Amino acid sequence: MRRSPDRKSRTRASAGLAAAALIATAALSGCAADEGGPPALTWYINPDDGGQATIAQRCTEASGGKYTITTSLLPRDASSQREQLARRLAAGDKSMDIMSLDPPFVPELAEPGFLAPVPENVVAETTSDIVEGALAGAQWNDQVVAVPFWANTQLLWYRKSVAQAAGLDMNQPVTWDQIMEAAKSQDKQLGVQGVRSESMTVWVNALYESQGTSIVENPGASKDEVQLGLDSEAGREAARVIGTIGRDGLGGPGLSTADESASMALFQGDKGSFMVNWPFIWPATEADQPELLDDIGAALYPRMTADQPSAPPLGGIMLGVGANSDHPDLAYEAITCIASVENQAYYFESNGNPPAKKAAFDDPKVREKFPMAPLIRESLDMAKPRPQTPYYNEVSTAIQQRWTPAEAVNENTPADTSEFIGQVLRGERLL
Amino acid sequence: MSETTEPRPARAAEGTPSPTEREPRRSTDVARSGSSDVATQEKPRKRVKSERAKAETRLGWMLAGPAFVLMLLVTVYPILQAVFDSLFSFRLTAPDDREFVGLANYGVILTDGVFWYDLGITLLITVITVAVELVLGFALALVMNNAIRSLRGPLRTAILVPYGTITVVSAFAWFYAFDINTGYINSWFSWLPFISEDTAWFGSTAPALFVIMASEIWKTTPFISLLLLSGLAQVPGELTEAAKVDGATWWERMSKVILPNMKAAIMVAVLFRALDAFRIFDNIFIMTNGAYGTETLSLLAYRTSIGRLEIGMGSAVSVVLFLCVILISFIAIKGFKVDLAGRGGGK
Repeated sequence: MRRSPDRKSRTRASAGLAAAALIATAALSGCAADEGGPPALTWYINPDDGGQATIAQRCTEASGGKYTITTSLLPRDASSQREQLARRLAAGDKSMDIMSLDPPFVPELAEPGFLAPVPENVVAETTSDIVEGALAGAQWNDQVVAVPFWANTQLLWYRKSVAQAAGLDMNQPVTWDQIMEAAKSQDKQLGVQGVRSESMTVWVNALYESQGTSIVENPGASKDEVQLGLDSEAGREAARVIGTIGRDGLGGPGLSTADESASMALFQGDKGSFMVNWPFIWPATEADQPELLDDIGAALYPRMTADQPSAPPLGGIMLGVGANSDHPDLAYEAITCIASVENQAYYFESNGNPPAKKAAFDDPKVREKFPMAPLIRESLDMAKPRPQTPYYNEVSTAIQQRWTPAEAVNENTPADTSEFIGQVLRGERLL
Repeated sequence: MSETTEPRPARAAEGTPSPTEREPRRSTDVARSGSSDVATQEKPRKRVKSERAKAETRLGWMLAGPAFVLMLLVTVYPILQAVFDSLFSFRLTAPDDREFVGLANYGVILTDGVFWYDLGITLLITVITVAVELVLGFALALVMNNAIRSLRGPLRTAILVPYGTITVVSAFAWFYAFDINTGYINSWFSWLPFISEDTAWFGSTAPALFVIMASEIWKTTPFISLLLLSGLAQVPGELTEAAKVDGATWWERMSKVILPNMKAAIMVAVLFRALDAFRIFDNIFIMTNGAYGTETLSLLAYRTSIGRLEIGMGSAVSVVLFLCVILISFIAIKGFKVDLAGRGGGK
């Protein structure tokens, strides 16, 4: 190869060197800034209307320069969030300072020691004056392993006109049979979530818990010893309700793909009557169809039997700290700020996600925005979490597979699901 | 098996054997030696290489070496790791319970109805989409090939638009179009006897598979048509002219001259698309997430490894999927009897 002194190539080489120097300087100055500034905590958040990012900003300012919080967005659905968090935690990712966790996935992450222990003072501060359901969801093996940030519960939403026409007194507790009958008599449809996803587990679990039965009877057991309460009289009753709604077309033609948003659309339409859904539907309806609000009422989750109180589904978000975080103490300090009464009230009022702290329900702004706030608080106290087991994913996926489509659910479904889960846990079947 | 030692007569029209079939008849060593120009002209291997040949070999290794090492790192290593992991019962969230189980995971997979059902669905999607795409793609290739010169550019661009769309984006577009809540298909086509306002496309197996396959066909037919167009362009004009002069009809020219001469292009198109279709994931993940009997092997592998975090079982499913892909490639290459190592066009 001939080398000729080429002006152009020399200019190019100089430019390249200059660029490299610039990048190196920038990188070094970046390091210097990192070393000199306050520790940066990463908060893995689930998608919302911007509330968590604002709270992160508020707490950064409130820390007085002790730490900064930056948010990192997780995928949209809870299962995908769990997948990403579990993989990062298993790989020992040090950036898992604060994580927004869906309650049913807490045991799976706590069991292998992926979560840093919650300090005593943080437990005391964050779990006082808290709704019952949220406290239950934050525990594993009788210990608080995560901090309740906000708690969610499903209510029975109803169209006042339909309930009135069907002769139902909504000031009294109502049963599933009553609302099914009312919808049928008025030629209306029920807003329920029949899609093959986490929503179906939420529904099935609530029907079991409302009869005082749990899907997993010994939550802390190893996978060979897990005892399932699926194959029971309560299970056959739950199957009867879901199967009837499916076969009688009470859930509408799109029941097999209906998630929470689809249920809301059905409820807001001409065929709307009753719906079980989370409180987000209130601000959503206010934004989309404010003229409907006068005809919408809220009540406690329907009962399975007239004489036994219902156990509404529990949702929400817990805050956890990764065991490999470089700053677990600061992370818990930041969590104390994030989960403060003021921030929980702000989050409810601005994003529609109910607080875990009871005091936050008394905030005037909350009362103005959510007239049914006392009902939500009552429901949260009655709410029961989904099965708490490290094998929740197997249990939930099997339920989703066996209990959908709703029209195919029958009296054999509970026993079939129970046997299937056992085989999957023993490694004898694919899921 | 006897392909190289006892070549069969070409099935093409008399006097027009396929170029790809003509070569092995001249030299049975061609395929094995890589059939490059240098290789065919070289004397037996043991001959001492000239300095120039050595330098060329060295240069060849220097140029290809880094890519080769990189390929080993990014493909062979994960494959070997997956094979190793598949011999364990290992869950990501229970790192201490790792247990060697030998081939037990494969035993569970191969005796489970879920695997065979998913394999059946995967093959169904593969066969139907590839067959439809082949016919449609060939028709489009003919249109592109015969279009007047000024129209060729815009026509190719228009045909390529679906292929340029990101699969996830196209999957969402099809999902929202057919979904019972957001879709417009039900209202637009409710005049058809099998569609009504209440048709839940993603609520049961057959309609869901129909939409999944339709979206797949829409998306990748341009790819197959481009491959076939290149094959079409390689058919010597004099052959078709000669057939025309001899009085061959359009169909005769197509079946006895053009198609046999496009065999290599058709094989590449079928193989590429079959492998692609066999690994289908995005469309199903977005539209049904495998619900209601629409799960394929890729989804099963994903759900086992990523969803359940069962690394051992998930790796075993992935290895089985990998073996299926190799088998398909083998069948396609053997079935078409095309020498891929040769020079394709056989000039």
